[in-house]
Amino acid sequence: MSKVSIVDYGAGNLLSIRRAFEHCGAQVAFVSTSEAIEKAERLVLPGVGAFAHAKCQLAKRGLDTAIVDWSSKNRPLLGICLGMQLLVDCSEEFGNHNGLGLIPGRVVEIRKLDQSQRIPHIGWSALEGSGHEQSWFGTPLANTSEGASVYFVHSFVAFTDDNAHILATTDYNGISITAAIRKSNVFGFQFHPEKSGPVGLEMIRTFLAGE
Amino acid sequence: MASNRIIARLDVKGPNLVKGVQFEGLRKLGEPNKFARKYYAEGIDEIIYIDIVASLFGRNNLYSIVEDATRDIFVPITVGGGLRTVSDVAVALRSGADKVAINTAALLEPDLIGQVANQFGSQCMVLSLQAIRQGPGRWEALYNNGRERSGRDVVQWACEAAERGVGEILLTSVDNEGTGKGFDVELISAVNDAVSIPVVCGGGLGSSNHMIEVLRGVGCSAFSVASALHYETLSIAQLRDAALASGFELGHTSDICVSPE
Repeated sequence: MSKVSIVDYGAGNLLSIRRAFEHCGAQVAFVSTSEAIEKAERLVLPGVGAFAHAKCQLAKRGLDTAIVDWSSKNRPLLGICLGMQLLVDCSEEFGNHNGLGLIPGRVVEIRKLDQSQRIPHIGWSALEGSGHEQSWFGTPLANTSEGASVYFVHSFVAFTDDNAHILATTDYNGISITAAIRKSNVFGFQFHPEKSGPVGLEMIRTFLAGE
Repeated sequence: MASNRIIARLDVKGPNLVKGVQFEGLRKLGEPNKFARKYYAEGIDEIIYIDIVASLFGRNNLYSIVEDATRDIFVPITVGGGLRTVSDVAVALRSGADKVAINTAALLEPDLIGQVANQFGSQCMVLSLQAIRQGPGRWEALYNNGRERSGRDVVQWACEAAERGVGEILLTSVDNEGTGKGFDVELISAVNDAVSIPVVCGGGLGSSNHMIEVLRGVGCSAFSVASALHYETLSIAQLRDAALASGFELGHTSDICVSPE
């Protein structure tokens, strides 16, 4: 049975994530201390709500440093939704706040990209490959076909400094939204795989099978 | 292009899925999750559970139904009915809800909206708005599951709620609900144009043409459907195909074949 540790820091729909990972055959543990994170085989960073609040919750328990230290072990780490946004350098949500800095980039408001869009961006949208040599092979998207739809709900988007770190995008009425990012063993999904039906579950299975 | 959403709404009374029709009362249809699982298998985008007698009992009784649903339904779930406080919302979310739909408590205590949005995020705070027509271009918001009149103008209330931090509006036409005669397009248009958050429209879907009329004319991008699905007048696939034939994307497909690499 694949083991996965999900960071519990008071920001996320943990039951949904646990159910989805268990449905995919994982042995799920919630971790909320740096000691527990240190022992993890695979790590998932969920997150829903505001960037600054979430980062603060991580920092006050020392979990931010623990996650960064853990990621150097080259084991799979997956950030979901706000969890993906936390992986980059900084966010402009409610001021300027630092993320974990695991993937160079920044988070900006969708409204800044296009004032006319309805916010939050809510709904199912098709995944597109990033168009260059970054393929989905060897990532949790390895068994996903291009054009598969997944569920998004967010008002902010992460952009990576290096295009090579963008794994997938999706189109929101003409705006290109970063859907998935990757740097080495660190992955991020802006969408919710645990809420994207069979397509999402397949990504979770692939993440669990990865090394 | 983000696909337009089709959302199944399940009204629950005790252990049963029910459906009310204007002037006819309530009909028991069976176990709610039996229907929810069927819709999930057929590709529904989201599911909404509303406890329609919660106000009478002073609390929402859907938690065990929702917890059960999360075992094998992996699409967003919204829970509503009788949610009065931040603590009620916390319990609902812990039970597996991704979003909460609040009507009565928000009308009576609008500050609740900001409290929920600040603690859990706007994306989980859905305003349930039940609108009854008052005259040309005017609607009043009802509460207590349609039993009481609030005196609030629907469009004004929608704007205020959006400003307070609501992430989405679930708009139901009380006049058209359960009738299958179509949506109140004027109502949907008025609310959709007044706010810049997503609006889910519900109440009256009887044929796919009703949906296409709204897609074409209003630009509202999400539909809540109850009777048409529960009574099998229409299927999710039929609605999806009809929308596609008119040039609109509705719903999502779940093909997961391996990508050619």
